[in-house]
Amino acid sequence: MTPQLIVFFVLAALAVLGAVTLIAARHPIHSALALIVVMVALAGLYLLQGAEFVAAVQIIVYGGAIMVLFVFVIMLLNAGEEERTSLSRIARVAGIPLALALSGFLAAAVLRSSHAAAQAPVTAASTRGLSMLLFREFVFPFELTSFLILVAILGALVLAQREN
Amino acid sequence: MFPPREEFLRVLPILIFCGGGTLLMLLQPFLRSRTAFSLLALAGSLTAVVSVGCSAAHPGAAFYGLIGSDPASVFFEFLVGAVAFLVILGSASYLERESLAPAEFYALIFFAAAGMCVLASAREMLTAFIGLEMSSISSYILAGYRRESPKAAESALKYFLLGSFATAFFLYGIALLYGSTGTTVIAQMTPLAPGLLPKLGLALLLIGLSFKVAAAPFQLWTPDVYEGAPTPVTALFSAGPKAATFALLLRIFVEMPLAAGEWTRIFWILAVITMFAGNLGALLQTNVKRILAYSSIAHAGYILVAFAASNEIGVAAVLFYLLAYAAAKLGAFSVVAHLGGAGEKRIELDDFAGLAQRQPIAAAAFSLFLLSLLGIPVTAGFFGKFYIFKAALASHLIGLAVLLGVNSVIAAYYYLRLIIVMYMREPKEETAALPFPGAVTTVLALCALATVYFGLFPNHIIAFASNPRLFGH
Repeated sequence: MTPQLIVFFVLAALAVLGAVTLIAARHPIHSALALIVVMVALAGLYLLQGAEFVAAVQIIVYGGAIMVLFVFVIMLLNAGEEERTSLSRIARVAGIPLALALSGFLAAAVLRSSHAAAQAPVTAASTRGLSMLLFREFVFPFELTSFLILVAILGALVLAQREN
Repeated sequence: MFPPREEFLRVLPILIFCGGGTLLMLLQPFLRSRTAFSLLALAGSLTAVVSVGCSAAHPGAAFYGLIGSDPASVFFEFLVGAVAFLVILGSASYLERESLAPAEFYALIFFAAAGMCVLASAREMLTAFIGLEMSSISSYILAGYRRESPKAAESALKYFLLGSFATAFFLYGIALLYGSTGTTVIAQMTPLAPGLLPKLGLALLLIGLSFKVAAAPFQLWTPDVYEGAPTPVTALFSAGPKAATFALLLRIFVEMPLAAGEWTRIFWILAVITMFAGNLGALLQTNVKRILAYSSIAHAGYILVAFAASNEIGVAAVLFYLLAYAAAKLGAFSVVAHLGGAGEKRIELDDFAGLAQRQPIAAAAFSLFLLSLLGIPVTAGFFGKFYIFKAALASHLIGLAVLLGVNSVIAAYYYLRLIIVMYMREPKEETAALPFPGAVTTVLALCALATVYFGLFPNHIIAFASNPRLFGH
């Protein structure tokens, strides 16, 4: 077992643990904290792949900005423990086997196709490769994203502005 | 390395919609008059419609093959542009009546239309995803545009939550497809290794898109969202995003090497449950907006019949049907938007009683649109259904064709009931006629013209849509 593999398994286990806690926790603030664990663990996994830029962005944007927003919203709404309804119990009964089936299925599929996937070229991992992709091949959707953000800003204005 | 000029011309409608939306936002603090914004928005959308011709004159891929112009994208961009133009034309008086701000409203319609044009012309999944999100997020906001109405809030929230959920499916599907094919370009998606992974990815993609076109079992949001949204926005929802999403679905199932063949059975099932969910649901409704919402679920089902047929007539039928359907739905919702009166309080079935005596022309136009939705000859809806039948029979889907016929009969009940109420029933109380303003009349006239014209001469569109090079390449 190489050190990389050990680090990978530790981070992966952390991510899965965080994700399970996120769903299982009753208090939204616990869920939010668990989500931070997931984000940081994922950032570590990206770093392991040599994608240092994506890892940094993951920490800054997801672990930082978005999580702060989540925590703020939870605090502003003063959200308490979530209530369990009969529907959420049904969701649990149906959801757990479905989630297990999906992960088993994906694991099997990945195992079977890992050989082929390993041959696929990975160009985007490095910061240089990523910026080449973003600002050359994918420049059109990249620019469109700015309009997408503009729409979101406009929406916040429309829905939240004071009546005049 | 700046892309050559033709590449910009190929995506000109998208650029004009994005630029127009931004301009409207920038002018918002400076212009005070509603008319100025309406005129500006009309001019902008008209320019976008005209610029589709420019995109048609320069076919080919643009921006590293992520997007492009081909006959299919030209057709759908024209449809989306025309829908945006007519919605803007019809909503000026509505906005004034409900005292809603015009600039943001038009800007959101522009951005939604830009997103739909991207959906219709994207050749790569990430670009399509951004287009889908642009159109969806604008739609969520537009659904809640009447902020003081609790129904609008419910509509926007439901649409947003369920829509985001569906988008997650779509995105997960893209991820799995990328993982199993190594590319996000639709036409190059060949699996690297055999297995179920690409099929699962495609299935998730289908779930996400089924939500957007309101296909069962992902249609539950439709009546509430359509009812709560401002009616001109409902008109936009029922005609625009549906056409653009079907355009993407069509492109995926025509171009993607992965998607060939075996999906017929899935579309068969989807089509049947969607048709029944829409038509049976509509029977129980008394609110005209909800009736039309259920009818648009049913129409998604009819279009899925053409997908199940998956032959060339089917592709042409989808294009023609979406055009016929957009004209009829846009017209019908424009009538409801105006007759609903202040606060949209008069949209129950009873409120339409005696409309034929009060406003014979409006009643006649509304009946024409309903008959087109039903598929009566001399309306475009008839040929739409006819070509779908033809496609189903050409692929020997006799059972599905029979079920389509059964559903048309069920649908006759609620469309004809509405017409009978307008013509035969006396109003419960005396109500004043609500004369239509010129702009709304123009919308109705254009929609009625399209409905009758394509009901008499469907051949142009069918010939155009039968082009074997409909989807580039």
